[in-house]
Amino acid sequence: MRARMATKSAKSVRDTAPPNGGAEPTRDELVRYYRDMLLIRRFEERAGQLYGMGLIGGFCHLYIGQEAVVVGLQAAITPDDMVITSYRDHGHMLAIGMDPKGVMAELTGRVGGYSRGKGGSMHMFSREKNFFGGHGIVGTPSSLGLGLAFAQRYRETKNVVLAYFGDGAANQGQVAESFNMAQLWKLPILFVIENNQYAMGTSVARSSAQTQLSKRGESFGIPGMQVDGMDVLTVKAAADQAVAHARDTGPMILEMMTYRYRGHSMSDPAKYRTREEVDKMKAERDPIDHLRERMMRAGIEEATLKIIDRETKDRIAEAAEFAQASPEPDPAQLYTDVLVA
Amino acid sequence: MPTAVRMPALSPTMTHGRIARWRKSVGDSIAAGDVIAEIETDKATMELESADEGVLGKVVVPEGSNDIAVNEVIALLLNDGEGKEALDKAPLKGPALTSKPVQAPTAQKPVPIKEPTTPKAASVEPTASGASGWKPATGGMVMQTVREALRDAMAEEMRRDPDVFLIGEEVAQYEGAYKVSQGLLAEFGPKRVVDTPITEYGFAGLGVGAAYAGLKPIVEFMTFNFALQAIDHIVNSAAKTLYMSGGQMPVPIVFRGPNGPAARVGAQHSQDFSSWYAQIPGLKVVSPYTAADAKGLLKAAIRDPNPVIFLENELLYGRSFEVPIGDHVVAIGKARIARAGTHVTIVAHSISVGYALTAADELAKEGIEAEVIDLRTLRPLDLDTILASVCKTNRIVTVEEGWRSSGIGAEVSALVVEHAFDDLDAPPARVTARDVPLPYAANLEKLALPKPEHIVAAAKAVLYR
Repeated sequence: MRARMATKSAKSVRDTAPPNGGAEPTRDELVRYYRDMLLIRRFEERAGQLYGMGLIGGFCHLYIGQEAVVVGLQAAITPDDMVITSYRDHGHMLAIGMDPKGVMAELTGRVGGYSRGKGGSMHMFSREKNFFGGHGIVGTPSSLGLGLAFAQRYRETKNVVLAYFGDGAANQGQVAESFNMAQLWKLPILFVIENNQYAMGTSVARSSAQTQLSKRGESFGIPGMQVDGMDVLTVKAAADQAVAHARDTGPMILEMMTYRYRGHSMSDPAKYRTREEVDKMKAERDPIDHLRERMMRAGIEEATLKIIDRETKDRIAEAAEFAQASPEPDPAQLYTDVLVA
Repeated sequence: MPTAVRMPALSPTMTHGRIARWRKSVGDSIAAGDVIAEIETDKATMELESADEGVLGKVVVPEGSNDIAVNEVIALLLNDGEGKEALDKAPLKGPALTSKPVQAPTAQKPVPIKEPTTPKAASVEPTASGASGWKPATGGMVMQTVREALRDAMAEEMRRDPDVFLIGEEVAQYEGAYKVSQGLLAEFGPKRVVDTPITEYGFAGLGVGAAYAGLKPIVEFMTFNFALQAIDHIVNSAAKTLYMSGGQMPVPIVFRGPNGPAARVGAQHSQDFSSWYAQIPGLKVVSPYTAADAKGLLKAAIRDPNPVIFLENELLYGRSFEVPIGDHVVAIGKARIARAGTHVTIVAHSISVGYALTAADELAKEGIEAEVIDLRTLRPLDLDTILASVCKTNRIVTVEEGWRSSGIGAEVSALVVEHAFDDLDAPPARVTARDVPLPYAANLEKLALPKPEHIVAAAKAVLYR
C-alpha cells in the first residue's frame, strides 16, 4: 500500500513525495528500525507474560503488530519535538528512547517505574524525552497535544508535536474541536491516527460513517494521508513529508493502517474477529518479518540480525528482572505528588 | 400625551445603566427601530432602539449620566400633532407600564421573605480584616469593583510573567462576556489574549497541554455551567497528572469564570459547582467574595504551580469594595473572619458571605453576635479558622448556593462534628439551595435560593431561640 493523499489541499505535499516509499534507506537506518521494532515486540511479549503471572495488574494494552508506526514516525522527528499518545503507549515510550527498565517497572507498579509506580501502564511521562503521556481517556491526546503545539508557537520554537490516537478516538468530539483550532491557528501538530481496525471490539466499518479517517480533516482544510502502517519505510517516508508540513505550514493527519495482534487489552477474548484474520495478518503483513526480508535483500548478514536478536533479548530480560526486583513504593508515597508544595 | 422612553434592562442582571451617548437630538423625527442612544450596562455598551415613532421632544437624562435605574424615563417622544407644551403634562416619574404579576398561591405557609437588596454597581461593602486577613502592600486603598480587581490581577501577573496568557470565548476582542478582560487585548496583544471558538472541551485540553509544556494558562469559562463539557480535562488531565507522573509533570493552570446562580437565566445556567471541584485531590478551589480577595487570590492562583479552580460570581462583578493598592496577594487556603462574634459561627463563601453579613446585622438587633467566616478557599478548607470559631461560639450554621446533599455545608458540618463534637451545643445547621433545578419564574427562583432570613432562622434554631 502506497502513501495516499486524501485531500486536494495536500497535493503539493504528494507531488514532492519520494518514489517507492522514500529514498533508499542506509544500512544503519535499517538496523536501527529493526532494533527498535524488535525491542517493542519482545518487550510486549514479556509484558504479556508478566501479566499472566500476576505481576502486572489492571489494564495492559499491548502494541504487538503496530511497531512500524512509532518507529517510522520517531525516525522523522528530532529530540526537541514532542510526543503524546493514549493508553496503548509502551511502544511510543520505547521508540522515543525511554528506558525499558523504567517502563517495565511502572507496569509492575514498582518505585523504579517512570511514575514511581503511581501511574501504571497507561500513565507514564518523561519530560527529559519530551514524552507527555500516556493518557487513559480516549481522544484526549488530540487537544492536549494541541496545547503542546500552542506552546511551541507561543515560544517561537520550530518544534512539532506528534499526537497519536486510535481509530476509535477519531470519533470523539474533542478530536474535531482540536482539528478546528489546529487549522485555525496553523499549529505545528501532526495528528497520527493509528487505525488498527478495531475500537476495542467495534470495527471501523461499524463505528464510522467515513471509514477513511485521513479524510476527517477535509472540512477543516487539513490535509491527510493514508499510509501503510505495516511497512516502516513507507511510514518513515510519509512521516518525513508530514513532519515538514507541520513544521512549516500547519496541521496534518496521518492515518496509519495497522493491526494489533493481541486483544484490545489483556482481558479481551477477541470474539469480534476470526483467528484466520489474525493469522493471515501475521503471516503476510508482519512489519518485523517484512523488514528482515528487506535487510537480507540489502545484503545484511543473518549474523548481524542474530546479534541484535540476542542483545534485545538480554535488554528485555534485564528490564523484566529490574521490574520484579525494584521495590513497591514506600507507603509514605501514597500522599506525595498530589500537589506541588 | 408624549410617549416616555425608559431605561431598558439590557441584561438579566442589569439594574442600572449609563447613557453613554444620545444619537438623536431634540426635534429629530424618529421611526420605530431607529437607534436613539447608546447605553452602557454592567456587561457592554448597547444601542437603544426606539420602540415607538414620533419626534424627540425632550432629553430627560443627559448624555454621560451614570446610575440611571432601569425603567426611569430618559426621554419623551412627541406624537403626531403634539406641540412642545404637551411635554409639561408628561409624567417623568412613576412605574413602567408593566403590570405586577399575579401571585401564585403557596401551598405551604409562606416563609416571610425579604429579598436581599439587589447589588448595585456603586454599593459599597466594607471589608473587615480578620485574624488571617491580608495586609495592604503599600498602605493605600482604592475602591474597585470585583470585575476591575480580577482584570487588574490578570494584567499584573501577565506583566510579571511572560508565560501567563488568557484564553477563552470572547476574552479578547469582545473584552469578556462579563467585561472582566477589558483592556487586556490592547495591552498584551492577540498572542497572549486568545479568543477561541465555542469549544470548551477542546480549549480546556489545549490549556492543560500548554501547561504541560510549561506555560501558565488562565482558561476562562464564560460560565462554569459550560465547563461541564470540559470537566474531563480539569479532573483527568489537570488534577491527576502530577500524581500519575510520580511528581514529574506539574500543571500550572487556572480555570476561572462565574459560578452559581445568576438571575433569571434558568436551570442550565444556574448551578453552583463548588462541591464538585472541592472533592477532587490535585485541585485547589477558590471562591472569593470581596474585590480585595478576588484580586489577591487570583494573583496567588496564577502563581500557584498547581491547577486552581477559581469560582467567581456574576452578581458580584459590579460590586465595589476596598482593595489594597499594589502587589496584593492573598494566600490560598486561608479563611477570613468577615465579622467577629461570640454567639454563633456562620460559614459562607462567595455571594453567600453577603447574605451572612446581612443576617448578622439582623441578629445583632436581637442581641445575637454572629461570627461570619468567609471561607475564600474551598480546597484546602481552612479547618483551623472554623474550629477556632466553633470552640468559641459552640454553634455553627453553613450557607451556600449549592444543593444540600454532599455540599460544602455537609463537608464543613462533618469536619466540625469530627473535630469539635464536644464543643458543640447544637447540631450544625445548613442553609442551602432547595433540592430542585433552579426555576425561571421570578417567584419560584426566589423560593429556591438561600436568603438572609433563612440564615437568621437557622442561627436562632441552633441557639434554641
